Amino acid sequence: MADNFSLSLKELARRNVSLAPGHRACAGCPFPAIIRMTLSASDNPVVVANATGCMEVTTSIFPFGSWPVPWIHSAFENAAATISGVEAAYKALVRKGIISADKKIKFIAFGGDGGTYDIGLQSLSGAVERGHNFLYILYDNEGYMNTGIQRSSSTPYGASTTTSPAGKVLPGKLQHKKPIVDIMAAHGIPYVAQASVSHWNDYVKKVRKALSIEGPTFIAVYSPCVPGWGYPENKSIEVAKIAVESGFWPLYEVENGYYKINYRPRNPIPIEEFVKSQARFAHLINYPEAIEELKRFIEERWKFLEFMEKRREIEGVKENV
Amino acid sequence: MAEVLKTRQALTGNEAFAYAMKQINPDVVAAYPITPATEIVQIFSKYVADGEVDTEFVAVESEHSAMSACIGAAAAGARVMTGTASQGLALMHEMLYIASALRLPIVLAEVNRALSAPINIHCDHSDTMGSRDAGWIQIYCENANEGYHSLIQAVKIAETVNLPVMVTLDGFIISHGMEVVETLETDAVRDYLGKRKPLYNVLDYENPIMVGPLDLTDYYFEHKRQQIEAMKKAKSVIEEVITDYNKRFGFDFPVFAEAYRMEDAEYAILSMSSAAGTMKEAVDIMREKGEKVGLVRLKVFRPFPYEVLQELFKNVKAIGVMDRSDSVNTMGGPVFNEVRSALYDLSSRPKIMNFVFGLGGRDFPLKDALYIINRVKELKEGKTLDFVEYVGVRE
Repeated sequence: MADNFSLSLKELARRNVSLAPGHRACAGCPFPAIIRMTLSASDNPVVVANATGCMEVTTSIFPFGSWPVPWIHSAFENAAATISGVEAAYKALVRKGIISADKKIKFIAFGGDGGTYDIGLQSLSGAVERGHNFLYILYDNEGYMNTGIQRSSSTPYGASTTTSPAGKVLPGKLQHKKPIVDIMAAHGIPYVAQASVSHWNDYVKKVRKALSIEGPTFIAVYSPCVPGWGYPENKSIEVAKIAVESGFWPLYEVENGYYKINYRPRNPIPIEEFVKSQARFAHLINYPEAIEELKRFIEERWKFLEFMEKRREIEGVKENV
Repeated sequence: MAEVLKTRQALTGNEAFAYAMKQINPDVVAAYPITPATEIVQIFSKYVADGEVDTEFVAVESEHSAMSACIGAAAAGARVMTGTASQGLALMHEMLYIASALRLPIVLAEVNRALSAPINIHCDHSDTMGSRDAGWIQIYCENANEGYHSLIQAVKIAETVNLPVMVTLDGFIISHGMEVVETLETDAVRDYLGKRKPLYNVLDYENPIMVGPLDLTDYYFEHKRQQIEAMKKAKSVIEEVITDYNKRFGFDFPVFAEAYRMEDAEYAILSMSSAAGTMKEAVDIMREKGEKVGLVRLKVFRPFPYEVLQELFKNVKAIGVMDRSDSVNTMGGPVFNEVRSALYDLSSRPKIMNFVFGLGGRDFPLKDALYIINRVKELKEGKTLDFVEYVGVRE
């Protein structure tokens, strides 16, 4: 599909705004690729705020820093509030003529699922409600991986973590993931999307679309975790792909309140494949009812998305590409 | 130097703070309302709405986010202010340490209010005393006039030494009490402060920096050591700024502490903030009776001006230190403990005791002030007393 936001792989590689080598992300961790794609996707200078978490600790160990752009970290729960201050300063200093308005700076906050779904939800909600001009990127690895694989409200049902361990009577986590993208869409902000590191073209397009919009935007990007999920370190992209192909992690976007499913797996992979690919679900072999529950959850999610997508059709509103 | 025009205005403490903020015209204010500091944010919002300032006002959803946004804005090179009290300051607690360690010159207008529980909206110093080790410069003001001028001075101090400053006024007693404030002309304030000139900032994308990286066993200590050195340096900066301000604008604000009738004092009281006003009256009454008693009003609590206190107290025989909060450590309040520690090395060490008073806004009447002086007199005369007393409480 022709659009204004795609970037060819060649162009992306040419730009290659990259993290400096030597960062301490685990072998196979996909978030360095997410950072690289994000920074390369922007046509403008970028300033980044980072929540405390894996991304922050592995890329900023003093005196070595990996970020090629201005970067600020202050605490765990406040990446959105911190970037809102940076953005407010930018507005004020441009207005007062202290800095030039010639080059428009883009503001991006990165947070993991702990810093976004849980401890940082309030500051994120507040910052988008205030309408700051920034893109918040959630790299979702479905747990508190930095502190050693504890459950978050993003951890899937049935997953074993160190605070939702599978035991003799419990099949791991008993709650489903919170629908964070829909929660953000409910704020009525101009652009919200769900993407996966496995689908680079879709992700880069979404980042570029988000950065082209004035106002707060949000992207959740699926970012599998080698030690947290338990799979070989050369399989991150593959595991992310299975999540999309099985329907567990749908790729969709919500633009000005209109939902659009960006990708429909033609022959969906059974959820069992997703479950089998990771040690965190290994115990589910003894809990077939948990697998059924995951299936029900996926069906429910898709029913909701299909229903929401109909709004454009019902209202006869054309897609804005 | 040309005569500076001053205007005498009747303002409450909160109005004085807000008026100073208007004249300072910060680049960014991020704040959240809380009793009794709400008016600061409210009045300032009106200045924004009426175009009297060109500040970017960020009406955050909590004090934690207020300080977080201040940190982001200050790291971006902006001149940044906020205001809060009590629970608000407590909610900022995590971020206070980060603001100071990142060496960001944020200025906070604070209104002292008791901390919960029990929930209470009135004055005591448990809020700012709870932040005493957060690496902020702390200036406790006696009245609205001093609060107004200290807030302006605080911007200069903060940006000279790259440390954040909180300026405090007593909740309700001063924040809501109306008094005469001698204000400066707005142009004079703005000329005096000029523009902030940050060393680095995160908007300078051609020279990218990383603010707030992970700092482990190999560097953390050195960085903390530098921060401690900055706080030492703050002493000379505070002295220079206040001395210069007094000269420039024709005032005589004390720098670290105000010595009241201390010349030939045999014994003394140390007090802070608005209670010093009452204590001055009590000292006058006792002086009329021939008692050689004086008062030291401690104004700067961080950095702690121990050298100044050693000098002021070197000839007294007994001291009563007043605390408007308690450390709940069974040995009195924070001011007492630090003052006592500061005087330990004096060659003739005075006797010293603590009076905890006014918690949760309990009134501090003249009779309590006189009682305290009389107790310290007894201490001077050799009577054995408990070293902590609670004044004005039913027991």
